[in-house]
Amino acid sequence: MTPDKAEMARHFTESIPHVKALGMAFTHLGDGEASMRMPWDARFVGDPETGVIHGGAVSALMDTCCGAAVMSHPASPGTTATLDLRIDYMRPATPGQSVRTTATCYRLTRTVAFVRATAWDDDDARPVATATGAFTVEGVT
Amino acid sequence: MSPARPEPVQVVKQRRDAALAALSGGVPYIQYLGIGFERRGDELTAVLPFDDKLIGNPRLPALHGGVTAAFLETTAIIELSWQMLWPDIEAGALDPDRLAAGELPRLPKTIDFTVDYLRSGLPRDAYARARVNRSGRRYSSVHVEAWQDNRSRLFAQATGHFLMPPRDGG
Repeated sequence: MTPDKAEMARHFTESIPHVKALGMAFTHLGDGEASMRMPWDARFVGDPETGVIHGGAVSALMDTCCGAAVMSHPASPGTTATLDLRIDYMRPATPGQSVRTTATCYRLTRTVAFVRATAWDDDDARPVATATGAFTVEGVT
Repeated sequence: MSPARPEPVQVVKQRRDAALAALSGGVPYIQYLGIGFERRGDELTAVLPFDDKLIGNPRLPALHGGVTAAFLETTAIIELSWQMLWPDIEAGALDPDRLAAGELPRLPKTIDFTVDYLRSGLPRDAYARARVNRSGRRYSSVHVEAWQDNRSRLFAQATGHFLMPPRDGG
């Protein structure tokens, strides 16, 4: 466990205005793995008829969580930025339920971090979305 | 016998603008991010006015990657829906009043979306246009480009696949 990296990742992520705006919060962070939760909110709905959260809000959550996973990796020298991120939407998230996501930085080189993530609502058996991404590896400037 | 007089331009514009407003105006998350659409004929440009709540890296500061993704995905869905509905809008088959009341036809759903981050989004307005590369009966493929100050210097691009809503009688 490397608490300094996790602490830095937490501090950096929690200070992001858009993270605060969407009400995202950590439930786990450390050693290249991060879990976050985003409560359902009427403002983030994508389909007013059903109340389903917009895919973009789920993207924002997964992107944030992937970035935090990279920064919390024991070998991470500092910050990171998204190079590319692919999201697959399996099903709509159930209205009224939080969206939870866990991201794993499964490989970190000197220049690139590779990450994958899964998102769920209250049903652990059926993912809402999965993501794979490549992130930059940057020292603290 | 003289040809039928073309419709007055105001009527045509009103109908198109009402359809576009209904398409984007009814979605809370689009309103929350502040995304608007500008129309020239059938060409749409999405506009994301800068706001502090969209920041993802306070040190730079830069737009949040998730905001960029949401902006591009919204642009793709609205463009695809717009092209899907255009014939009905032109034929006057869609009632603007019913659209404005939130009675929208079923819209495409995102299957997957891949965002390519080319440079960091600056703290200023962003623009995006989508191109439907393939529009099938069940699936569509859409490419989106986003820029800020210079149209030729994209800060992000994306490709997504979408599930088309079932057609009547199909």
